[in-house]
Amino acid sequence: MRHLLFKNIFRTPLTELPPQRDEEFVAELATRVDRAARRRLGRSLAIRAVDAGSCNGCELEMHALSNAFYDLERYGFRFVASPRHADVLLVTGPVTKNMREALERTWNATPDPKWVVAVGDCAFDGGCFAGSYAVAGGLSKVLPVDLHIRGCPPSPAQLLNGLLSLMETVSLAPGSAE
Amino acid sequence: MPCITELLQQGSRCPEHQPWPRSLVDPGVWTGAATLLEQGQVSLLGLWGEANGVHMALMESQSGEIGVISLACPDGRFPSVGLKHAPALRPERAIRSLFGLEPVGTPDARPWLDHGRWGSRAPLGASPASVTLDSPYAFLPAEGEGLHQVAVGPVHAGIIEPGHFRFTANGETIVRLEERLGYTHKGIEGLMTGADLQRATKLAGRISGDSTVAYAIAFSRSVEAALGIEAPPRAHWLRALMAELERLANHLGDIGAICNDASFALMQTHCAILRERVLRTAGICFGHRLMRDRVLPGGVTADLDHANISALEALLGNIRKRFPALVELYDYTASLLDRTVATGYLKPQLARQYAAGGYVGRGSGRDFDARRAPGYPPYDGLEFKVPVREDGDVNARIWIRIDEVEASLSLIEQILERLPGGPLSTSLPVASGEGMALVEGFRGDILAWVRLDAQGKVLRCHLRDPSWFQWPLLEAAIEGNIVADFPLCNKSFNCSYSGHDL
Ligand code: SF4
Repeated sequence: MRHLLFKNIFRTPLTELPPQRDEEFVAELATRVDRAARRRLGRSLAIRAVDAGSCNGCELEMHALSNAFYDLERYGFRFVASPRHADVLLVTGPVTKNMREALERTWNATPDPKWVVAVGDCAFDGGCFAGSYAVAGGLSKVLPVDLHIRGCPPSPAQLLNGLLSLMETVSLAPGSAE
Repeated sequence: MPCITELLQQGSRCPEHQPWPRSLVDPGVWTGAATLLEQGQVSLLGLWGEANGVHMALMESQSGEIGVISLACPDGRFPSVGLKHAPALRPERAIRSLFGLEPVGTPDARPWLDHGRWGSRAPLGASPASVTLDSPYAFLPAEGEGLHQVAVGPVHAGIIEPGHFRFTANGETIVRLEERLGYTHKGIEGLMTGADLQRATKLAGRISGDSTVAYAIAFSRSVEAALGIEAPPRAHWLRALMAELERLANHLGDIGAICNDASFALMQTHCAILRERVLRTAGICFGHRLMRDRVLPGGVTADLDHANISALEALLGNIRKRFPALVELYDYTASLLDRTVATGYLKPQLARQYAAGGYVGRGSGRDFDARRAPGYPPYDGLEFKVPVREDGDVNARIWIRIDEVEASLSLIEQILERLPGGPLSTSLPVASGEGMALVEGFRGDILAWVRLDAQGKVLRCHLRDPSWFQWPLLEAAIEGNIVADFPLCNKSFNCSYSGHDL
């Protein structure tokens, strides 16, 4: 093990530059985030992932955010184990009727201020599961959504892009450093 | 005479069913099949319903012969198979919840998948009722001095799919685990009915995201069987290439994640890098990191050029260079082995009884791989070893994955060397038919069954995830382990929630 650790100290890091920010995201968000909240949070956001009936594809790419290439934590994002510690709920899936109550309870357990991000095409409008007897058909039918990150699944770069836009809106918008 | 042939002869053959025979039988033969299952002479590949009947796919344990028997249920009932053969219990409960057909004599009449939230009962049945279930779910009792319960989920503490686990523990030691699933039930089988092939293929590729390629291949092969066509050779080889990349990515991710659940993050970090390299290469070659929607009935949609082939060769070189050091790291870290060896032991006899596929079955002595038998192209022309172990613990399931990583690397090499030319797909006739396919995903064998109408639309499609026969075994494997080892055991099984819940 020492050998492996030692070698890795001298390997160049794999971590990549942050992606270019998408102006549309920033604009969508700016309207929803108030200044008081920005001040309180500083430059760190705790994320709680909630699978509301995804196919698990979105989860795979959310996991990838923690690998050495994307290294989500260097931006101040952290996945936390409890909604009570979370600022952001990252929700996947078309919201199955069987998960709806658990999702609502998770949202209620998350302290204010909080943001809800809908990840993936299913969370946007139910995707190809829309119309089924078993799904609500999109996250906005159940919770107020602050940001949609589309894709099936969105790539880690797209996820990162969305989260960084959220972070910028939350903590770096003009006036937030008062 | 093989007993499946005998069973089928006692019913009336449905000539349109391909490639394996299907017979419509009477309740006596159906019950006879349950007895054969109980005796271990045949294993259960799948048990599913439709509005007015039930079907059971069987495989003879000795010869590997496969057949399907069907039973009409004009009065909404069928003899319970679960009464004699426990692996049939959950599929039967699901049939009851979705189609309203009663398994007569079942030892477990509780609903499955239906949580009383759909606004109706038996939504896919002949006469859906608009009343919902309202009684609370009755967990099985576990009584005794000093026992306490721990309820976990459906929302878990990580980036994991939702499900509920009810532990009964004596101090640290688990005496019973009971799973309650169905939280991700999306009603996919309902959406399939009436869908055209394009939409149905899309749905099939979204049943379990980590196995999107394997599902697309399984569904496509069942449609091809129903229509009596074959995909062109190049399509077969490209499908296998994508399937092996998918297997590679998932196994690399799992090996790291299991070690991480024993708090050995170093393995996770390095395995995640290799996994990411596989996904990036897949993205370059096929235009999608998970290679979703690249396989469809008739063939594939993506081709490789020279640059892609060099990218794949570079990927193989990189993994071959880095992976052995990780295997050594695993094998020489005594504190890690201390967590994985003898933990979560699954008895070979149970793996056999449940016909458990993938690393769960092969880690407990069940020597089965759908790529080898019944087999499908191009694997009949490729060389690969199917690893099997008897030790049945978390360590065994890790080693099966390690050996399969090696096997997939070699398969990809062979595919790149011998990839035939020619068209990527063949056109589909518009016709009715029935087809079935068995395809090996990274998790185990996926069964696809489809019936098409004369317009080529799906009348009924059933896709059985390997997890159906693995989830119940996790309950058995965890018994006697400590609560803190549950994540480790669970990850070593890595069952699909979405694939199971549909
Ligand atoms: S958006 Fe796509 S990848 Fe994500 S959960 Fe839905 S089907 Fe799966």
